[in-house]
Amino acid sequence: MSTEFDLDAAWRLHPQVSLRPERFGALLYHFGTRRLSFLKSTALLDVVRMLDAAPNARVACVNAGVAPEQVSTYERALGTLAASEMIVERS
Amino acid sequence: MSLVEEFQYGLDAPICLTWELTYACNLACVHCLSSSGRRDPRELSTAECQAVIDELERMQVFYVNIGGGEPTVRSDFWDLVDYATAHHVGVKFSTNGVRITPAIARRLAASDYLDVQISLDGATAEVNDAVRGPGSYATALRAMENLAAAGLSGFKISVVVTRHNAGQLDAFQAIAERYGAQLRLTRLRPSGRGADIWDELHPTAGQQRALYDWLVAHGEDVLTGDSFFHLAGYGEALPGLNLCGAGRVVCLIDPLGDVYACPFAIHDNFLAGNVRNGGFEKVWRESELFADLRRPQTGGACTSCSAFDACRGGCMAAKFFTGLPLDGPDPECVRGHGAVALSTVDAARTPRPSGNHSRVPVTIGRRPPARACDENPLAGIAH
Repeated sequence: MSTEFDLDAAWRLHPQVSLRPERFGALLYHFGTRRLSFLKSTALLDVVRMLDAAPNARVACVNAGVAPEQVSTYERALGTLAASEMIVERS
Repeated sequence: MSLVEEFQYGLDAPICLTWELTYACNLACVHCLSSSGRRDPRELSTAECQAVIDELERMQVFYVNIGGGEPTVRSDFWDLVDYATAHHVGVKFSTNGVRITPAIARRLAASDYLDVQISLDGATAEVNDAVRGPGSYATALRAMENLAAAGLSGFKISVVVTRHNAGQLDAFQAIAERYGAQLRLTRLRPSGRGADIWDELHPTAGQQRALYDWLVAHGEDVLTGDSFFHLAGYGEALPGLNLCGAGRVVCLIDPLGDVYACPFAIHDNFLAGNVRNGGFEKVWRESELFADLRRPQTGGACTSCSAFDACRGGCMAAKFFTGLPLDGPDPECVRGHGAVALSTVDAARTPRPSGNHSRVPVTIGRRPPARACDENPLAGIAH
């Protein structure tokens, strides 16, 4: 499973994923893989919500207010979500 | 705060919940959690079930685990399944397979939001039928054949681990592989009719250790519904959340709309309310019982144990129905503290499950003949 995440690609929530905001971040449930996942901060939730409208994930991070030196942290978190198909590349 | 801590303080809505749709069942398994058999005339109507589904959609409950009784004997079962999935509430349902015909299997294979669990408690007919009744092994395997033939891969085979089948884990896995299914192992609870046979059927300490090693070796390939978190006391935690989610992230809705903290705790002490009194969301958010469960719990006698952080004292329902204090060890504590505690319990004074829907008295491997009018468990259910 590759964890290489392409920050310069366009991403979106998988169409079969349901996202539920929680006080600690969010719960994600994938109806295709039947897997439950978590967003462990509301800041990460903001990034995920920005993905769809942004030309790429890097811009989504900026739009969500992520400081430039923090982007690598979010890159890793998004990589984990991509590896479990919670988010997928937009074509 | 860790996620487990977050979850212990409860969520605004369950992640998933168990919903027993009916107490009617064609079988009479000795360990039935809900003591099912006869339909209760007060069961929720189709419209009431739909109203619950509407609420679950609004609360973004991801899926429901539908059981019973045998849920497929409800004449509106497939309509309710369709209604739930159309409203973005995923459905996993447990069945003994009695209604899984080739046509139904093809219908199930066409839905993305549906999971089927076929219950099987022995890898051989002899072991299975002693617990689930004569012919139930053949029924389950026929259902599996129908599902596999319809191309529904990845359905679940759900096994309650007992003293009699604990040595058959590899054989269960082989059955799952034969049908392209996934094995799901869950814990025998002393709940419902299970209270009567738990002493005789719960795995021995040695079997429990072997089960743990087997689960660790199989990792995420085998599902457990997080039911063996008490085994985390052995060391490495098993995959899953490893916490008691009762009233915090899960709960049970029974056929009458009663909401209990978990499917293994059908007793007035764990009854939070009823969906007929203002809806499910009100019970989930306002129940005093659930508020209590969402407060930090004391470990009592377990607090000083080095395994407590891993096992968290085990299963509340297992303790309750074996007569143990809720803030002490699980009856199957891997350090043996439960066995010691059990030896001091007066068996005559252990709490009895609320409600008995059994058609006839049920015993392991031997069933008294039912009266003719009891033969058809569907009597009274409109078709």
